[in-house]
Amino acid sequence: MEVEKISGLKFHKKQDVAIVGAGMTTFKRRLNETGRELSYLAIKQALEEAGITIDDIEMVVMGSAPDTFDGLHMKGEYLLDGSGGSDRPYMRVFVGGGTGVFAPIAGYWHVASGLADVCLVVCEEKMSSSHPHPQSAFKYIWDPILDRPLSPNLIWIFALEMRRYMHVHNIKHEDIALVSVKNKGNALDHPCAQVAEKITVEDVLNSEPMALPVRRLDVSPPSDGAAALIMVAPHIARQLTDNPVWVTGVGWALDTTWWTNRDLYFPRYVAEAAKMAYRQAHINDPRKEIDVAEPYDPFDYKELHHMEGLGLAKKGEAPILTREGVTQRDGDLPTCPSGGLLGVGNPIAATMGVKACELYWQLAYRAGKRQVAKEVTTGVCQAWGDLMQVGTVMVMSNKR
Amino acid sequence: MAVGKKDIECPPYAEGTPLSDADIKQKKVTYVEDHPDIRYSWTAGQAISKFLNGLKEGKILGVKCNKCGRVMVPPRMFCELCYKPIDGWVELKDTGTVETFSISYIDPDARPLPEPVIVAVISIDGASPHMGIMHILDEVKPEDVYIGMKVKAVWKSEEEREGAITDIKYWKPMEG
Repeated sequence: MEVEKISGLKFHKKQDVAIVGAGMTTFKRRLNETGRELSYLAIKQALEEAGITIDDIEMVVMGSAPDTFDGLHMKGEYLLDGSGGSDRPYMRVFVGGGTGVFAPIAGYWHVASGLADVCLVVCEEKMSSSHPHPQSAFKYIWDPILDRPLSPNLIWIFALEMRRYMHVHNIKHEDIALVSVKNKGNALDHPCAQVAEKITVEDVLNSEPMALPVRRLDVSPPSDGAAALIMVAPHIARQLTDNPVWVTGVGWALDTTWWTNRDLYFPRYVAEAAKMAYRQAHINDPRKEIDVAEPYDPFDYKELHHMEGLGLAKKGEAPILTREGVTQRDGDLPTCPSGGLLGVGNPIAATMGVKACELYWQLAYRAGKRQVAKEVTTGVCQAWGDLMQVGTVMVMSNKR
Repeated sequence: MAVGKKDIECPPYAEGTPLSDADIKQKKVTYVEDHPDIRYSWTAGQAISKFLNGLKEGKILGVKCNKCGRVMVPPRMFCELCYKPIDGWVELKDTGTVETFSISYIDPDARPLPEPVIVAVISIDGASPHMGIMHILDEVKPEDVYIGMKVKAVWKSEEEREGAITDIKYWKPMEG
């Protein structure tokens, strides 16, 4: 057994973990398929890419966000059959928006521990069932006693965080809007994209105000969709492919739920999660060692905020890198080459498709038109959620 | 195990059947409608009950932890950092500083508001730095609000107060 002990963090690992297949459905504001059917479609595609069948799957991890969207509790059980989980060890994980990377982290535990040699990870979200707007369901994440009497909208917390971030580093909205322009543009090359378009900084700055500084085009849309990943042990990976992608580090962390007591300018929860993942992956200087990144981008400022949390930019430096083109697909640090949540869509947990799945495809050189220009070895993906408090991070490499 | 397709661009195809709002409204698809109706009574607990009763008396109460030295608001029965019981209650001022703010044009259902609302995180005087609560600002134009602005609570009248966060109607700028 491999045992590593670094600064008090122990990593016991029975075996390495490879990714050999991924899949996703289209992301749209509303799809006719049920959550079970969407999960089935994403899994079918992942199995096809890996070249295995459902009989080869030993264990299943399913990720899905608040039950309130579905108006149905015990969603894990409801989605079981579509997730390929019947008659197998099966679990659902959920950390709000962080689920899209937390579910593959849970898949990693299954294989790295040696409990499973083949683990299927599927994430599903169907936000369109609740109306008049999925925002109505988000009402129920607020504290019922101290927050809800003030009639909050979920966008408030992002607006408050974005304003604080802009204030501390003296960042202009124009520089933040460049992220939306880049990601919506990148999404033009994604077959599953919901809101891919060529837009300008002016379009963002002139779009409808929601909760200033947040405007319509600063935000990703609510979506329906599903995504799947197949994680296997080294001896299985060898049978399936000459070029697997390895999960070299995982990390997750949460900051206090008393969010009004935190200085919101810096995502400490992401920094802690990244520290854990980088230690495991033996990454000392992420800015130099990470070739491609998929940070969570439900809002344009969030990509910048998370780049800084991930150590890909110094505090306040991410907008400068963006302005200089460093984060473009042909740049030195391509960021959100998928088109991200801003361009492809934001079916909360299923954003795994543009985070963990995209990173796998980039490192496997299967991203087609979205493939970044530079040679890539190592990348990082990250998700974020709950009350701006959870960071989930996964590092992958095409070298073992 | 068979070897899968490798020389492909991923995702190779995009499945799913998009629907529009009109498809639902015009009943072009089969669906079922329901409106779950369930009532809750949330007990406020030890700490927040005392906090809310304080508001009813026109006071903002915080708690202190002698280990980390923090004075915290909203109050809690245990310090989440030191993970030990708090060491006492402190009456804070009803003035504070805007840490960050937003001008909201939408209600909780994302429907447009007739007039925008200004929401802020306000750090409370007498508590540790950045120790804030979320509340509403008023008696100020949106364009005049700034981070660092000193504000004061505007209370409901004693008869109107019921032991709720809304016993403070809003916060307004402190003059001069």
